[in-house]
Order: sequence, then structure tokens, then C-alpha cells
Amino acid sequence: MGFAFYLVSALTIGGALAAVLLKNLVHCVLALTVGFLGLALLFLQLDAQFAGFAQILVYIGAVAILVVFAILLTRGSEPPKEGVFSKTWLAGLAIAAAVFAVLGWAVLRVAPWLPQGTSTPSVTVHQIGVELMGRYVLPLEIVAVLLTAALLGAVIVAMHEKEGAK
Amino acid sequence: MASPLAGYLLVAALLFAIGLAGALTRRNAILVLIGIELMLNAANLNLIAFWRYGPHPEALTGMMFAIFSIAVAAAEAAVGLGLVISIYRHAKTTDLEQMNRMKG
Repeated sequence: MGFAFYLVSALTIGGALAAVLLKNLVHCVLALTVGFLGLALLFLQLDAQFAGFAQILVYIGAVAILVVFAILLTRGSEPPKEGVFSKTWLAGLAIAAAVFAVLGWAVLRVAPWLPQGTSTPSVTVHQIGVELMGRYVLPLEIVAVLLTAALLGAVIVAMHEKEGAK
Repeated sequence: MASPLAGYLLVAALLFAIGLAGALTRRNAILVLIGIELMLNAANLNLIAFWRYGPHPEALTGMMFAIFSIAVAAAEAAVGLGLVISIYRHAKTTDLEQMNRMKG
């Protein structure tokens, strides 16, 4: 738990907070990218190199770009006149605060008994590949089918309707 | 000295709460999707942290779960944003408070 952990945590939490609070949606996505980068750094700190780089590639490379496209296609970059928060924002905030209080209380209560994790696991990409082709080959295939179906479905749902089809 | 695992779990809990607050309080449908992404990422952080400090990190189970979860989250984001674009084309708005009827 060194200085680096606090720095990266602050980056992650700050990015996430800004993504939720800012008015301009494009700024929100930029802040979200910072948050995702902080999360990837946290993964790297946890010796999960592959997951960290997958996080960078998938979230910063694909999801953030996708969100920017959606914002520009829906002209969401200009903030609405009636405010960015819904009428029931107080209830939502209270629910989120209650969830955090319960989670934080549970973590702090068991903190003295949590494992220290003395040994550093050395996981190579080779090992991950062997596992993906061996024990996890069925989930891998299912994820491949899911991604294909989801991307085709997204394209079909977002495609222009033909004139006179309605 | 507390375990470093507790720090990671607290960061994940805070991230989850921020995502939940975003999903519950924002009016724009895209921001709600961003909040859901943040919650999914908090869960991934928990998975990786428990894998790292668990008794058998060499078994790779937690990390594999997180990697598959990242892939599913990508699919979810694509479908969700496609739906938002489709609704925008139909109703000319992404404001969730104006989407209050199920009839097209």
C-alpha cells in the first residue's frame, strides 16, 4: 500500500466522479477514459498484466470511442436546458450512499482478517493462452459467438429504417 | 497493518457507488450506460483483487473471470448504445424523463 496505490486510486475515483458529474457529455467521456486508465493501472499493480492491457484495449480503445460516436450521433454534446440531473436525484444519491456505506462497513469489519498475499504470482501470457485453449475453451467459444451476435444486433438495431417501411 | 486487499475493495466499492449514483441520477441515457460500465468495472477490480490475494493465484480463475467479464461488457456497451441511437432516431431525444410510454 504505497504512494503509487493512493495516486492511482485518486486518478480512478476522480475520473469516475468527473464522468458522472460533468455537464458536457464529451467531457464526461474524456473523464471516463481517465478513470478506465486508472483502473488499468490498478490491474497492473495487482500483477494482472494481461487484464490491464485488455482493459486499455477494450475500454479506452473501443468502448470510449463507441460512446463518443453515440453522443455525436444523438447530438448530446450540448447540455439540456432543464438540467442534467433527473427530478429524483436525491433518492438516487441516497441509494448510492447507502450501498457504499454497507459495502464499506463490510470491508472494514473484515479488514483485519483479510489475507496479506505475500507471494507474487508470476503469470505469463503463455499460461493464459494455454488455459484459454484448455480448461476455458468452451467459455471462449461462447464469448466469441456472443460478441458476433451482439455486434450484428447492434448494427441492425441502429441501422436506418427504410423509407415507407413503417 | 491492514491488508492491501482492503484498500482495493474500498476503491471498488466507491467506484460502484459512483456508477450507481450516475445511473440513478442522470437524465441522459448515454450517461446511464456510462454508470453501468463503471459498476461493471468495479466488479472486475474486485475479481482481480481477490484473485491476487486469494490462496491460489496460480489457478488463474479470478483473472479469467475478469477477462470474460470485460468481453461481455464490450458486447453490452455495443448493444446498449445501438438501442440509444435507435430510440433517438424514433423519439428525437435521449432524455429518459421524456421516455415515459411504451407505445411507439
